[in-house]
Amino acid sequence: MYRYIVKRLLLAVPTLVGAAALVFVLMRLIPGDICVIRLGSGGAHVDPASVEACRQELGLNDPMIVQFLDFLWSYITLDFGTSMWSGHPVTHEIAARLPVSLQIALMATVIAVLIAIPLGTISALKENTWLDHIVRMVAIAGIATPSFWLGIMSLVLVLDITYLATGKAWMPPIDYVPFWQDPIRNLSIVLLPAITVGYRYSAVTMRMTRSAMLEVLREDYIRTARSKGLLEQIIVNRHALKNALLPVVTLIGIEFAFLIGGLVVTEQVFNLNGIGRLFVQAVQNQDNVLTQALVMLVVVIFVVTNLVVDLLYAWLDPRIRFS
Amino acid sequence: MTIVAPNRAAVAGLVEELPERKRSLAGVALNFCRRQPLGTFGLAIVVIMFAAGISAEWIAPYDPEENDFSAMMEAPSWAHVLGTDQLGRDIFSRLVYGARTALIVGFSAAFMGGAIGLVLGVSSAYFGGWFDLLFQRVLDVLMAFPLIILALAVVAVFGTGVFNVILAITIPLIPRCGRVVRASALAVREIPYVDAARALGFGHARIVLRHMVPNVVAPFLIMLSAFVGQAILAEASLSYLGLGVQEPVPAWGLMLQGGAEEYATTAPWIAVFPGLAIMLTVLGISLFGDSLRDAIDPKLRDR
Repeated sequence: MYRYIVKRLLLAVPTLVGAAALVFVLMRLIPGDICVIRLGSGGAHVDPASVEACRQELGLNDPMIVQFLDFLWSYITLDFGTSMWSGHPVTHEIAARLPVSLQIALMATVIAVLIAIPLGTISALKENTWLDHIVRMVAIAGIATPSFWLGIMSLVLVLDITYLATGKAWMPPIDYVPFWQDPIRNLSIVLLPAITVGYRYSAVTMRMTRSAMLEVLREDYIRTARSKGLLEQIIVNRHALKNALLPVVTLIGIEFAFLIGGLVVTEQVFNLNGIGRLFVQAVQNQDNVLTQALVMLVVVIFVVTNLVVDLLYAWLDPRIRFS
Repeated sequence: MTIVAPNRAAVAGLVEELPERKRSLAGVALNFCRRQPLGTFGLAIVVIMFAAGISAEWIAPYDPEENDFSAMMEAPSWAHVLGTDQLGRDIFSRLVYGARTALIVGFSAAFMGGAIGLVLGVSSAYFGGWFDLLFQRVLDVLMAFPLIILALAVVAVFGTGVFNVILAITIPLIPRCGRVVRASALAVREIPYVDAARALGFGHARIVLRHMVPNVVAPFLIMLSAFVGQAILAEASLSYLGLGVQEPVPAWGLMLQGGAEEYATTAPWIAVFPGLAIMLTVLGISLFGDSLRDAIDPKLRDR
């Protein structure tokens, strides 16, 4: 296991360096001189001397490879620069907006898994009954529904229902409060976005659980377990589900990318000041420093998640770590 | 999983005495409809959307950009089948024109990303060695970016608009295709006819394109249908964020932009119909893709 962990960790390093290189190149493909944009916002005349000084300060006159190494080093030392738009340090901007996104992501994952695994299992056990058909319909609808539209629709519903019930339309609040300060307010903010983002997650996990379960239930050892008279409950919980969950674990890691994508759009719908909204604002404001920092943040989160999932997988399935 | 379709001409040449079974296109289609009712339903949705997109000028009763300030936020009626939006534009007409944008972006991005991924994936498996190793590392890097994030980063560089959106969605699809195709192509590489082709003195390009690509087409086609759905969803998301297709090009994501939920109590149809259109189209494509997979390779069923 130890050797496997080291091997996987070492494999993640070139991926991260490669991703940094890609981000570095992309950000330098943006047309226009960053210093001219910075100094001359609004089309004012720009003094060539100050542009030169700015280029010198930002190290834009150094060779590309030196610039890239500087960029890498600053990220390793957790120095992400200052936002070109707000003037605050990027770390500061991110820290202020991370909690809400993190809470939604975690809640969405928990909700999705809690719904998907039991439903997927039941669906497989009751294959081709009406229950199975309903679960499959719900699942396939989840893959086709854009999460932002689901968010809009749930907002529309909440507004309409509260309007009809009380005569005054109620909107979920938008300014984030940590759970320990005001649990009810906190939940009224994050619950709808979490369900919105979690639906797709849940749908994909449900499909995977169902198909993996169907496959496992046809294995010989399940027949053996049945023929020796084991309780159906024990067969399902101890023998079938444990093996069926292996591919589901991998899927949860892969789908995490969609979760982040969903967050970007859903935060916009619910007007939440999270990482996703910050990212969209950074792109809209052409704030390259912030954009590259956020892309790298997402990549690191994603790579680390998949690393954890892989390790979990190896821990669950000894065949992986010994091969 | 690989599907190795024997070269039909070669087989026909070897067993000439066997009468070749007639399988007309209509016969294949009829068979598909009978066996895959859900897939046929999905195909029907896609065909209807295509018809709407192609003949938008004839179907749409109004100009999608025409503001009628005497008929703002009108409920669905005979004059406006799906109602009008906050600027008095006919929602049905906008949906019909939006189908064109969604399908153009969805299919171009999926086909371009798919085609590039296909050729790269097969070449990587064929050449092996350092090329394959390098290709895999590049795939790892690209796969570390969630689709929307990479698309947004590309938009940040090249700007918005239909063409740039297609480009932005194409790039993240390439590695997703390349990885799957490479895995299939690795198995095809081991089949002796590849070595035989080499021994006959065929060039690399010819072997990759004429001999290996056709043999990985089945898993590729299945993946392509999923890509089209993903690309349509991605385009809608980008446009909704204001970083995709720009006004005045009609797009479903754009129709939901600008606070569709503000009119929740007064004009909910503004928010309902564009989303339904996106959902139905992607649903149709997924159902068709699933059935296509079942029809092409029953072993992959339900994965």
